[in-house]
Amino acid sequence: MMALLLRDLKLSVRAGGGALIGVLFFMTVVAVIPFGVGPDLNLLSRIGPAIVWIGALLSALLGLDRLFQTEREDGSLDLILMQEHPLVLTVLVKCLAHWLANGLPLVIASPLLGLFMNMSETAIGAVALTLLVGSPALTFIGAVGAAVAVALPRGGLLVSILVLPLAVPVLIFGVSASYAAVEDPAPFMPPFLMLSAITMFFAVLGPVGAALALRNAGD
Amino acid sequence: MTESLAITKFSDLANPTRFLALVARLLPWMACLTAGLFAVGLYLSFTTEGDYQQGETVRIMYVHVPAAWLSMMCYSVMALSAIGTLVWRHPLADVSHKAAAPLGAAFTLIALATGSLWGKPMWGTWWVWDARLTSVFILFLMYLGLIALNRALDDPSRAARLSAVLILVGFVNIPIIKFSVDWWNTLHQPASVVRLDGPTIAPEFLVPLLVMALAFTLLFFTLHLMAMRNEIWRRRVGAQRRMAARMAGREA
Repeated sequence: MMALLLRDLKLSVRAGGGALIGVLFFMTVVAVIPFGVGPDLNLLSRIGPAIVWIGALLSALLGLDRLFQTEREDGSLDLILMQEHPLVLTVLVKCLAHWLANGLPLVIASPLLGLFMNMSETAIGAVALTLLVGSPALTFIGAVGAAVAVALPRGGLLVSILVLPLAVPVLIFGVSASYAAVEDPAPFMPPFLMLSAITMFFAVLGPVGAALALRNAGD
Repeated sequence: MTESLAITKFSDLANPTRFLALVARLLPWMACLTAGLFAVGLYLSFTTEGDYQQGETVRIMYVHVPAAWLSMMCYSVMALSAIGTLVWRHPLADVSHKAAAPLGAAFTLIALATGSLWGKPMWGTWWVWDARLTSVFILFLMYLGLIALNRALDDPSRAARLSAVLILVGFVNIPIIKFSVDWWNTLHQPASVVRLDGPTIAPEFLVPLLVMALAFTLLFFTLHLMAMRNEIWRRRVGAQRRMAARMAGREA
């Protein structure tokens, strides 16, 4: 399992892996927003947490189709399916590796983008913290979509369509927790705890669903 | 003994010819019953008095509420069929959840459209992003995604198994829709028909509503059986076309 984790990490970080493209996309999306709504700093600081979250959600979706696609192309997916370890665990480890390579850089890049958005220190911290807790849920949900679409020739777009509706609760609680940290009357903990609960829930459901789909995708 | 008999009967339906015969016998009755219930329900909906506050717009409820119930029931039927696909590999279950997806999308669209027509005079806006409306909209998107997935895969049995997985994962949305009005403070009113301390809705509105709900449910099952029959026919035609092409290739 450790070996699989390291292998996936190495593959995604080295050339052609595309882990950094996600971060680049994230920055581009967030940088485009001020062009759209105008460079009004007050407005930007108000919508900042939501923009950063949406950007992170989109770039998390962008990398999803790679989760099982490369394995299918070079045939190692069949080896993974045939090995003795429970497939659910393998999928879980692959999700973790994918999150370390694609999700964690987004979390690390988010404070910088928060500065661009003229957000206060508390808001930046809250967004980074909620992203840290919430982005694994995006990977786990996305794993199901990636596994379902693995057999499709052009699955990338379909994965996004299938996964986005399920990812909406993560977005809702992530953004509301970030706003609660800034605005006084709303308490921070309830939405934050809901976000953690969603992540843990999908940490179980996601790999199970993805493993089921992978077993059925092979013919 | 009766249970094992029921199971045998159920697995007999795996034979499409038997299923088609059963459908052919059931469909006229169900269609007649549906039409009769709709006649009674629509008559009741248009003759009962309007609400003293909402006036005539309360009649939208007789379409809106059953359609919304049906949109959730359709997904539950699909989830049961998905279990049937994954656990028992029942071939009819594949056909069932594939046929139900467009129906569910249609009922959800009806619920959303009538809801927004009702919302304009009552709330003063076509659409608000509150929990109930948003979760139903997500349900609509999930139906469309499932239809897209089914169309993207050309092997029907693999498409059925993959969409079954997705249906089961997406089932988490159904309790969210049901309880969204209790968990969050929403503009949408809380449940007023199905609740522990009895319905809080006046009987003169409740009777037409229940008749319409029954009519909608029967309409769903009628359409669902028809769609399943069409799907089986479509597969047979496809198989025969392939066979004809093979024969033609052999002769040439």
